[in-house]
Amino acid sequence: MADNGVNRGRRRFLVGATTVVGAVGAVGVAVPFVASWQPSARARAAGAPVRADISLLEPGQRITVEWRGRPVWVISRTEEMIERTENSDPERFSDPDSERPQQPAYITGPLRSSRPEIGVLIGICTHLGCSPLYRPEPDAVDMDDWPGGFFCPCHGSYFDLAGRVFRNVPAPTNLEVPPYRFEGDEIIVGEDEETT
Amino acid sequence: MGNPNRVKAESGIMRWVDDRFPATQFWQDHMAKYYAPKNFNFWYFFGSLALLVLINQILTGVWLTMSYNPSGEGAFASLEYIMRDVEYGWLIRYMHTTGASAFFVVIYLHMFRGLLYGSYKAPRELVWIFGMTIYLLLMAEAFMGYLLPWGQMSYWGAQVIISLFAAIPVIGPDLAQWIRGDFLISGITLNRFFALHVVALPIVILGLVVLHLIALHEVGSNNPDGIEIKDKKDETGKPLDGIPFHPYYTVKDLVGVAVFLFVFCVVLFYFPEGGGYFIERPNFEPANPLVTPDHIAPVWYFTPFYAILRAITFDLFGLEAQFLGVVFMGGAIAVLFVLPWLDRSPVRSMRYKGWMSKVMLVLFAVSFVILGVLGALPATPLRTAVAQLCTLIYFAFFLLMPLYTKMENTKPVPERVTG
Repeated sequence: MADNGVNRGRRRFLVGATTVVGAVGAVGVAVPFVASWQPSARARAAGAPVRADISLLEPGQRITVEWRGRPVWVISRTEEMIERTENSDPERFSDPDSERPQQPAYITGPLRSSRPEIGVLIGICTHLGCSPLYRPEPDAVDMDDWPGGFFCPCHGSYFDLAGRVFRNVPAPTNLEVPPYRFEGDEIIVGEDEETT
Repeated sequence: MGNPNRVKAESGIMRWVDDRFPATQFWQDHMAKYYAPKNFNFWYFFGSLALLVLINQILTGVWLTMSYNPSGEGAFASLEYIMRDVEYGWLIRYMHTTGASAFFVVIYLHMFRGLLYGSYKAPRELVWIFGMTIYLLLMAEAFMGYLLPWGQMSYWGAQVIISLFAAIPVIGPDLAQWIRGDFLISGITLNRFFALHVVALPIVILGLVVLHLIALHEVGSNNPDGIEIKDKKDETGKPLDGIPFHPYYTVKDLVGVAVFLFVFCVVLFYFPEGGGYFIERPNFEPANPLVTPDHIAPVWYFTPFYAILRAITFDLFGLEAQFLGVVFMGGAIAVLFVLPWLDRSPVRSMRYKGWMSKVMLVLFAVSFVILGVLGALPATPLRTAVAQLCTLIYFAFFLLMPLYTKMENTKPVPERVTG
């Protein structure tokens, strides 16, 4: 009477097999629900990388492209601008070596760019989101030994031509550098450099 | 067939119902013959008040949904519509916002009661864990609800909190994007937060409230003396120090409800913005992804944990300060779940614990309040140092508990409940 004619081994196998199949099914059903939270095709299209032709960019000139609702500046830096930026006293900046995560990992050095002559920055002040003004010439702003850069008229924050923020201004961090890469004459903002 | 011994009404309509549904049995089990200790004090009002506020939130929430427009373009304007054009819209909205803050007031006092009288100790661990889960979900519920007005603080508060997930190494940025459903917080994020706030989380919270009460009624309520009333029963099997929940505590709780509603209405009608703490001032401006407000502070009920997050300004164990702060903040909530196993004291109530437990509880409560104040203020080096000290005390209260509750001398507990 103990087992009542029950085949325990078979029952255990059937319970186990049903559980496993059910669990696999549950995971399968979860996939569309989890994936549904990813950015939709429309969001991806609106946030897609943007291209700009930079072959006609004159030295010292700046163009602005829009990426994900924000202005992205592409500046062509002259030899002299590069020199002024590289030779600035790091003591004047709050994050001269770009230690805070305001740029992709491959953006390093005082110029904060992958090509020294092309600077790419998101043109939004890190203080309260105004758009700073482009003041590349020395003596363009009221500051001793101005290396050229950006001045935010809203609350008086200063950034150099690499977007590094000066000390003792309201903005807490350097200007953000978006991911970007070059392809022929074009710059593609919003796509990471190919890592080889 | 159910329990054949179940209690049934003698006759009439209730008898008809009882033959089909255990109505009388249920009423007796949970109200008329649910014996609660007779020595409940002031601290025991907050459980029933939490239930009252929950009902307020659901009722006003349903009515707000009728006029609210969950889209990036329409959300802020629909709030203004509710405030200006909908009949009594202002009242229903303020009941909801004031109710959110009131919820956390009563929940924090309810939780403190648990700490004070050891209500988390065996056999009430599950009551505590269900309660902590409700608290955790309530924080998620409040956070998602705060995005819905689509004001500046809604937007940037959500930005800060979602960035916390981005600080997790390796998967962080993808996880944050998955939560947002976009590359920045947008109408897409607003829509999903609306769905979670209005449908998903309330269902889960209601279910957990039921579990919390089933677990409570299984083991019976603790009391300020922390002794079991079930240990001393009369010849009919009813606890000598117990009184039926109904009518004794239903009536007593009504007094609590009256006092609570008085305070609630003063805030509701005279200070509905809570001095900028219940509805923060930047939230009167529509969300603007391009302009960050001067000072971003979470709503007051999150500020203690926000202060802990900001207090971690150093790298430790090879973890970056930013991520470590998230770990500490998460740990500050997670440690509450294991509290029943940290307390090794032979007694439950603070009345009979030793001086070390009392000092630690006071230090903990003071630190928690200071952290709450600091979390609402902009950080300065001095405030960060104070926040670090308070964070240390916060964790010391829990992590040293196995030591000091075991070391100290406790007082003998009484046989029967005292006054």
